[in-house]
Amino acid sequence: MALEDSHVRRAAHLARLAVSDDQASDFVEDLSRILDMVDQLQGVNTDGVAPLAHPLDATQRLRADEVTEINQRDTFQRCAPAVENGLYLVPRVVE
Amino acid sequence: MQWETVIGLEVHVQLATHSKIFSGASTAFGAEPNSQACAVDLGLPGVLPVLNEQAVAMAVQFGLAVHADIAEVSVFDRKNYFYPDLPKGYQTSQMYHPIVGPGEVEITLDDDTTKRIRIHHAHLEEDAGKSLHEDFHGMTGIDLNRAGTPLLEIVSEPDMRSAKEAAAYLKAIHSIVTYLGISDGNMAEGSMRCDVNVSVRPKGQETFGTRAEIKNVNSFRFVEKAIAFEVERQIELIEDGGTVIQETRLFDPERDETRSMRTKEEANDYRYFPCPDLLPVVLDQAYLDHLRSQLPELPADKRERFQHALGLSAYDAAVLSASRDMAEYFEEVHRVCGDAKQAANWVQGELSGALNRESLSIVDSPVSAVQLGELVQRVLDDTINGKAAKQVFQALWHGEGDSADAVIEAKGLKQVTDTGAIEAMIDQVIADSPAQVAQYRDAEPEKRGKMIGYFVGQVMKASRGTANPQQVNGLLKDKLDALL
Repeated sequence: MALEDSHVRRAAHLARLAVSDDQASDFVEDLSRILDMVDQLQGVNTDGVAPLAHPLDATQRLRADEVTEINQRDTFQRCAPAVENGLYLVPRVVE
Repeated sequence: MQWETVIGLEVHVQLATHSKIFSGASTAFGAEPNSQACAVDLGLPGVLPVLNEQAVAMAVQFGLAVHADIAEVSVFDRKNYFYPDLPKGYQTSQMYHPIVGPGEVEITLDDDTTKRIRIHHAHLEEDAGKSLHEDFHGMTGIDLNRAGTPLLEIVSEPDMRSAKEAAAYLKAIHSIVTYLGISDGNMAEGSMRCDVNVSVRPKGQETFGTRAEIKNVNSFRFVEKAIAFEVERQIELIEDGGTVIQETRLFDPERDETRSMRTKEEANDYRYFPCPDLLPVVLDQAYLDHLRSQLPELPADKRERFQHALGLSAYDAAVLSASRDMAEYFEEVHRVCGDAKQAANWVQGELSGALNRESLSIVDSPVSAVQLGELVQRVLDDTINGKAAKQVFQALWHGEGDSADAVIEAKGLKQVTDTGAIEAMIDQVIADSPAQVAQYRDAEPEKRGKMIGYFVGQVMKASRGTANPQQVNGLLKDKLDALL
């Protein structure tokens, strides 16, 4: 599948990645090659094969419903750019 | 043109676990901001989620309660979007293989008819944090205590045809989750939140109209109001030659209207993919059987039993089975007194009236179910009459005595059924009321029936309410008529 510049820019925007014009054209090429490989894989007959949800052949372990965490707010907030009254402050979100 | 409304609901139920769905941080409501947000909830680098077994069990219990297929294998996916109250940049949810498959819920409408609403699926996911838009020097405050709280999102099929049906469905879901004890169902604290999908179509048309999704509908009343407004808006729009666009709208309870939320063109591109940090959840039959064996009797079954095995009216059965607390209280009163109809009357009458007056919930009732049951028993075995019973109830309500018997004894309310004693009181009243006796004698015979009320009142007063009213009535009539 041939990828276009607009696809890369849209994906970058959705992932909030800053991509320069040069990088964008490189990505178009690299990602197209990956998609070519996927196209090749699509050719394999997978009738009757269950989709793989995880590469590990294992199932999810569960934990008991117990509170094990203590309040470490002060530690966590040391790396936050702005806090007030225990809240993290971020640029205003306009709804 | 005749229009038909089509409604589907997405109900988010906060599961009543102690800890979060993927971390050991507490889910307690009302804590200091960010004091219950741990490294996993904050999405700090290097952390890994571990699934809470109780959240899984609760989701399965719900599935079993709505007769749904439970997925042997369910998978968590990442729903990617950027918002400050979602620090990881994705919400861990279940898009393609939800834990609960198709099921159904029975709703009861105002005219006591029932209707089945299909459930498309229900999936586990984590809640996001809270954004506080009050002024923090032009910034927004973020509290991540709620981030990672387990949610069960219950998605219905578009099977509802009116605002009333939607509200009844929401009540049925509320009733099921609170019966199961998997959520406190507190809508005011956000334990149950609801998005409503509404569309209209000309009556008889097969295909659905374009729907609008209304967010922030967080009470039973708001569901009805939001739908009523939205239906009118869509019909007006179409009849004026416009078209409904698929969009997200916000319900504003203060102005009683819905309005469009600003939508970005890529808003719904969530780029779901399986979460590599979590393995597939596999449930075996033995586990499901174990949970099934522990299910309590559910509201629909209780209502059915109250009506058909106990002989209550459809209305009484519906009211008494609506909440588990109410049902358990009623059943205890019934067990103690042995008469379902009387138990139902007392719980819905005297008790509910007193609870409503003081805005108490039934679990906080000052009169216990056993106390009320014993009281009803004393009415049934004629120890006290109905009037005295109300006095006993009031005394128990105000803590004057531990049991009905103690109050009856202390206040001397035991019903007088001794004919001789009642006759003596009647003779006294007649002797003390010559004017009324004369009036009675001179009255038209058909008016005497009403006039007897005065004498009954006097006798009851003389007995301090303890005389058996039926006996008083009969004896009085005989004695007065003898004077004619």
